Amino acid sequence: MFRRLEAGPSDPAPRTVRITVDGAALDCREGDSVAAALFAAGIPSCRDTAVSGAKRGPFCMMGLCYDCLVGIDGRPNQQACMTKVREGMAVSRQMGAREVTI
Amino acid sequence: MATPSNTVHDIAIIGGGLVGSAIAYGLRDKARKIAVLDEGDVALRASRGNFGLIWLQSKGYGMGEYSRWTFHSVRQWPRFAAQLRDETGIDVALEQQGGLTPLMGDYETEARLAWMQRLMAQPAVEPFEWKLLDHRQAADLVPGLGKDVTAAIWTPHDGIVNPLKLLRALHTAFQRSGVSYLPHHGVQKIERISGVFHLATPRATIRAHKIVLAAGLGNQGLSGQVNLLLPMAPQRGQIIVLERTRRLLETPMITLRQNDEGSWLVGDSQEDAGYADHVVTLPVLATLADRAVRTLPALKEVRAVRAWSALRVKARDGFPVYDQSATHPGAFVATCHSGVTLAAIHALTLAPMIAAGELAADLAPFSTRRFHVQET
Amino acid sequence: MSGPDEMQNCDLLVIGAGPAGLSAATRAAGLGLDTVLIDEQPAPGGQIYRAINSTPVQNRAILGADYWHGLDLMEPFRRCGARYIAGATVWAMNRLEDGGFEVAHTTTADHQAHLLQTRHVILATGAQERPFPVPGWTLPGVITAGAAQILLKTSGVVPGGTTVLAGGGPLLYLLAWQYLNAGVKIHSILETTPPGQWRHALPHAWSFLRSPYLGKGMKLLRAVRAAVPVVTGATAIEALPGPGTGQLAQLRYSAGKQTRTLAVDQLLLHQGVVPNTNLSRAIGVDHAWSERQDCWEPVVDAFGATSVPQVTIAGDGAGIAGAIAAEHRGCLAALHAAASLGRIDDKARDHAAAPHRAALARATRGREFFDALYRVPQALRRPVGDVIVCRCEEVTAEEVRQAARLGCQGPNQMKAFLRCGMGPCQGRFCGLTVTELIADEQGRHPREVGYYRVRFPVKPVTLGEIATLPQTDASRSAVVRFKK
Repeated sequence: MFRRLEAGPSDPAPRTVRITVDGAALDCREGDSVAAALFAAGIPSCRDTAVSGAKRGPFCMMGLCYDCLVGIDGRPNQQACMTKVREGMAVSRQMGAREVTI
Repeated sequence: MATPSNTVHDIAIIGGGLVGSAIAYGLRDKARKIAVLDEGDVALRASRGNFGLIWLQSKGYGMGEYSRWTFHSVRQWPRFAAQLRDETGIDVALEQQGGLTPLMGDYETEARLAWMQRLMAQPAVEPFEWKLLDHRQAADLVPGLGKDVTAAIWTPHDGIVNPLKLLRALHTAFQRSGVSYLPHHGVQKIERISGVFHLATPRATIRAHKIVLAAGLGNQGLSGQVNLLLPMAPQRGQIIVLERTRRLLETPMITLRQNDEGSWLVGDSQEDAGYADHVVTLPVLATLADRAVRTLPALKEVRAVRAWSALRVKARDGFPVYDQSATHPGAFVATCHSGVTLAAIHALTLAPMIAAGELAADLAPFSTRRFHVQET
Repeated sequence: MSGPDEMQNCDLLVIGAGPAGLSAATRAAGLGLDTVLIDEQPAPGGQIYRAINSTPVQNRAILGADYWHGLDLMEPFRRCGARYIAGATVWAMNRLEDGGFEVAHTTTADHQAHLLQTRHVILATGAQERPFPVPGWTLPGVITAGAAQILLKTSGVVPGGTTVLAGGGPLLYLLAWQYLNAGVKIHSILETTPPGQWRHALPHAWSFLRSPYLGKGMKLLRAVRAAVPVVTGATAIEALPGPGTGQLAQLRYSAGKQTRTLAVDQLLLHQGVVPNTNLSRAIGVDHAWSERQDCWEPVVDAFGATSVPQVTIAGDGAGIAGAIAAEHRGCLAALHAAASLGRIDDKARDHAAAPHRAALARATRGREFFDALYRVPQALRRPVGDVIVCRCEEVTAEEVRQAARLGCQGPNQMKAFLRCGMGPCQGRFCGLTVTELIADEQGRHPREVGYYRVRFPVKPVTLGEIATLPQTDASRSAVVRFKK
């Protein structure tokens, strides 16, 4: 589990952003990546793999490992660590191989 | 994998790609000591650059016998796949429900229809079922087919297989049947001494009573050493591979298919680019991508995870070559660019001919003699 | 919406906005080159100075002076006149007839592909974590120490509960120190450096003693060891899931003759960094195996010039040497670019290079000591059994070893047989391991085994994005071949 450091006197006042994760509301901070928001909310796993259905979560946080794939506003297989949160963003767990929507 | 130096193999196959491996597989119960000589990891490995199509409808224009040979192979594929599964436990994921050539607009449609009619009119062709479909009929087979695809040629005989699983199955079968697979044994020189072939490689000299040149583009350098004239022209093809998605496409197209694991192959180009198989070029990738998006618009958001180029193994006229050297009896050559489609007939029909020491008379059109005619 | 008509042009494209890239771009612009700096992240700093302009962790004592030094690079870059493209991923390059390059990149924000023409390219794409394949390393709950550090820097997010750091290398201790500064409790550090390895490092100790790292390093180490239990000589590390959860619940390891199992919430793994070579390989740059660091490095000269004309590499992407070294290598690369484009002559180049060479020598003094001390033990580079080697395709060590025993010639045939390296990470997290496993099974040297063949795109890009790039008559006739 992860948590946020308490803001110190020299830290900027955090601005809250509300997103949804699989429909449930989640408050996070402006500037968070989706991956950071998930970690801070105690959600370590964001997808099931296409190969075996194993649970995975963000691993490298720098856009290389592709383990942090989630659905963002209906777009599947987006890297959570490379996407900044935005007010109203809908994040969904990536369950296996992505759909191709005709 | 050490071979004692006094071993004389019954047959040595030069080349461990799809052609060589299928032949070696077919020979496995017809000869005792079989060796497959392969190169290293970064050679011109055409077998890795493979679309995985089992394809009949586009073959043999200019040589009706090639269409006939392909048709035979296509019909043998189910038995071949079942045999491999029974022997090795590997399912090569054969799907043979038919295949399409998508056509965009009247010009392409008229051109291709006329082409098919001329193909089928060639005397040596064994007629097979095929149809021109309109957009609606094609869209029944390809959900989400783009409106730009106004027509398509369809035949029930075409299909796909997983070429990497196929290669793996063949190599697994070697292990089980005692065929020696020798990597890093690229053949540099062939000599015939007292009726025995001596193959010089960086690792060792391999000796065999019979040899099969199945070295793809490497055949060009070797065939002359057994007096077989084999002019070859490498042709580059570039492919884009898309990420795995849920299974959507069941009917493969010649330019777009989805494999059993869910990833997609987008193809293909035909370019004269010498031996430059280590690069992909942006304009060709753009055209491939553009065409694929027009064929199946839903793929627009799907990601390409890699692209590669490979060299097609083509004799100068583009048709297979099967021959036995007149001056070096026991030296056979086998080369083609459809190693997947023809794998079945290579294993089940060609290999027994090689074991028997003679190619059947109806393979005469595939011999190197056709190049002699062109030379004079 | 921009398409091919909006193609940008420049003299120099610098790829990567870490210390090497920032320094190179600043210097090049200063020398009069029309320069573009492009980077995947939304703000400059690379990984080492990640989020330096936006971090919520403003108390400088937490991240430390070495991190905040990154600010010194920002203002000069902002003022230098170079163009900056943020949030953009370079995925392909084409050589042009005039010797320059056409570079394809996609902006994460608008999912558009763009082309940029340049005469010279400096790659400053830096390093990545070395793969650390232990049982369970793919479980949620296990992340790299680098990832944990990024969470701290970008969002002030830190681990709670029982947290164990495992592995070796300076980053592990740096992170522990930063956590201590922030009041984060760490359960323990498992050092995988084999006992006695310091003896191999001893021959290099003299240069280490004269290095700038000594004082800082010792202080940091002492502070961490005073506050956090350290287990030395840890082996057989296994991350274990809870029953039916598929997530990390326990950690098992051996040290000395004991095996311990403990409940953990977070496992942070790190065993060094290695150059990120996918882009340099796809471009066709020659690479060589580094015996010292057990990884592949591009072959570069003293300026960072490669085997490909007009392609230069600066920073950790050319060989791991740290952030300060990266700054100076960035400047050297810029000088080389300026000279090769005819902006300055060789004499001016060499004259300007001299102080950077001296600084580079000082900055790299002592690195051999670290390399020897933190050399990753073979067992952690060459896993066995069920350990996943290719995370994307879930290929195990035993599958790779078995294929190698069957005579698989190399990583490319391995890829064809098992699909390892075919996933979206494009071999970044499995390539080194696959090479090492083939080497192990076949008794060959990794140098001889080789590596995956890497081609463009070096980052996944959508089919639609590729389709927006310009086509030519030749490309059309190569693909569409119906003729009446």
